[in-house]
Amino acid sequence: MKLRVLYFARLRERFGMAEETLDFAGATAAELIAQLQARGGMWAEELAAGRAFRVAVNQDIVALDAALPDQAEVAIFPPVTGG
Amino acid sequence: MKIRVQTQAFDLGAEVGAMSKGRTDIGAITSFVGLARDLNEGSGVRAMTLEHYPGMTEKALAALVEEANARWTLLDVTVIHRVGRLLPGDPIVLVAVASQHRGEAFAACEFIMDYLKTRAPFWKKEETAEGERWVDARASDDAAAARWAPPRFETGPD
Repeated sequence: MKLRVLYFARLRERFGMAEETLDFAGATAAELIAQLQARGGMWAEELAAGRAFRVAVNQDIVALDAALPDQAEVAIFPPVTGG
Repeated sequence: MKIRVQTQAFDLGAEVGAMSKGRTDIGAITSFVGLARDLNEGSGVRAMTLEHYPGMTEKALAALVEEANARWTLLDVTVIHRVGRLLPGDPIVLVAVASQHRGEAFAACEFIMDYLKTRAPFWKKEETAEGERWVDARASDDAAAARWAPPRFETGPD
């Protein structure tokens, strides 16, 4: 399936991109994170277990075991700091 | 209900005035204004830039206002959050709540701010003498939001 993946704030800067379209063969958010970690470098560092980040699917924050629908808009970002 | 994400400043008096204009059923309006500070974690902050997630931001703000409406009887709510570059002293966020009596307006205003801090996708980057830095989320904000969790009913002894 195809996913549109967005990155925000510190992660956008570290990864050097705001968004990309990805081919994804897995099913869950956790599997997408594993696919991105496998790129190594900043990806492995920022998305390592124990690092604080959030995943939203179609603009709702989800747990990592959430299933990703085809054509989903997935966003990965640091814990929010507004207000 | 009014929810806005904007770069320009807002006028507290005008926003509160607009809520009660032409109606006489409102007995209380509370408001909260968050401002950009010049000091954070021991260093001087010259400016900050607020980034957000267009689309999700508006959706998340609407969801937390909806949750406030489910918990209290509210007559109107305004939430305005600024994005872009702000200087110390600049207003960042406005939450105003109108209700019949003060108790609901006070509680809902604090609830919306506590939830906004942990659920709305905004991120602050500060400019300091040592360079730029992304602000880290605070555990105290999670604790403040957790206070509003629905009451848990403990099971009694068998």
